[in-house]
Amino acid sequence: MSAKHAVTSLVLAGAVSTALATLAAAGPLTKAEGEAAVAAKKEKCFGVALKGQNDCAAGPGTTCQGTSTVDFQGNAWKFVQGGTCTSIELPGGKKGSLKPV
Amino acid sequence: MPPEPGLSYAAAFAPALLDPTRRTPAIVTGPNGKAAGRRYDVYRNNVTLSLIDALAAVYPAVQRITGAEFFRAMARFHVRSNPPTSPLLFEYGRDFPEFIAAYEHAQDMPFLADVARIERAWLDCYHARDAVPLPADRLSAVTSDRLANLTFVPHPATRCLRSQYAAVTIFAANRDGAPLLRIDASTPEDALITRPEFDVTVRRLPPGGAVFADGLISGRPLGEAAASALAAAPEFDIAANIAGLIEAGAFISLACGDPS
Repeated sequence: MSAKHAVTSLVLAGAVSTALATLAAAGPLTKAEGEAAVAAKKEKCFGVALKGQNDCAAGPGTTCQGTSTVDFQGNAWKFVQGGTCTSIELPGGKKGSLKPV
Repeated sequence: MPPEPGLSYAAAFAPALLDPTRRTPAIVTGPNGKAAGRRYDVYRNNVTLSLIDALAAVYPAVQRITGAEFFRAMARFHVRSNPPTSPLLFEYGRDFPEFIAAYEHAQDMPFLADVARIERAWLDCYHARDAVPLPADRLSAVTSDRLANLTFVPHPATRCLRSQYAAVTIFAANRDGAPLLRIDASTPEDALITRPEFDVTVRRLPPGGAVFADGLISGRPLGEAAASALAAAPEFDIAANIAGLIEAGAFISLACGDPS
């Protein structure tokens, strides 16, 4: 560890005590209020990007999968992207997908 | 026709399933000993389709980004070159993110492999063993002279990923089905994926957060992990990151080292 970035016990103790105070802040509230407060704070400081949705994306093999589409031959490959990638911008003004490859 | 001596029926039946250029195995015949190519094709189709569907189920955001047709063509190439090695379907596609990273026609979406890595981590987090997260008051019992050498035991479901692109934002926007606003893909984003109870939660980590989390997850002491995070990002906030990781349920227990 370089001396420049050494973290002293004092700094750590202060950080842990601040962390504990933050975590305890929702204590006196009801469970729902506490959860709301925690959720709001998380969004702000330690950004929750996505929570839950387990029921609709539990992975493969959890449902009976249909086999009506003939998919094994597939010689006419599709290389042109058609999804949301046109909304995703890259440096230099490039979009995720503009050119049929 | 019976299989060749020394070859099981399955070993004779399976090799042509994922390769349409190979002939129907000779052991597959109709009632009168006639060739049964179309019957065999039903199996070929079911195997290919179920594996492509498995990839689509594990990687829904990737499919939404590329569109279904592009995704299924890409997935078909992957299925052909990487057949399953486990009978557990939820294990399939672990190498799909690397395949995407190398896939010729996805090169103009350099963020796509990282989005796939988050989706894979999401499923692994979902299937990981349940465990009770570390209660915050356990930390308050640690005396300050032991904090620098304190180590944390990660929750079995905890995953941390780093991206040079806005992979977390792109992942989240494409998993919930809502209309997409413009996303600048060029902002690097790191992800913390946890499941303290039943819901998988994906968080975007603040600067230095991934270095800190990775350090603690791999068993490095608190003082060392914090120093590395500060070296990586001078604005790293130790208190906010300790609070964030505990709140996220990233750990299950502490191990006290020697006093520093």
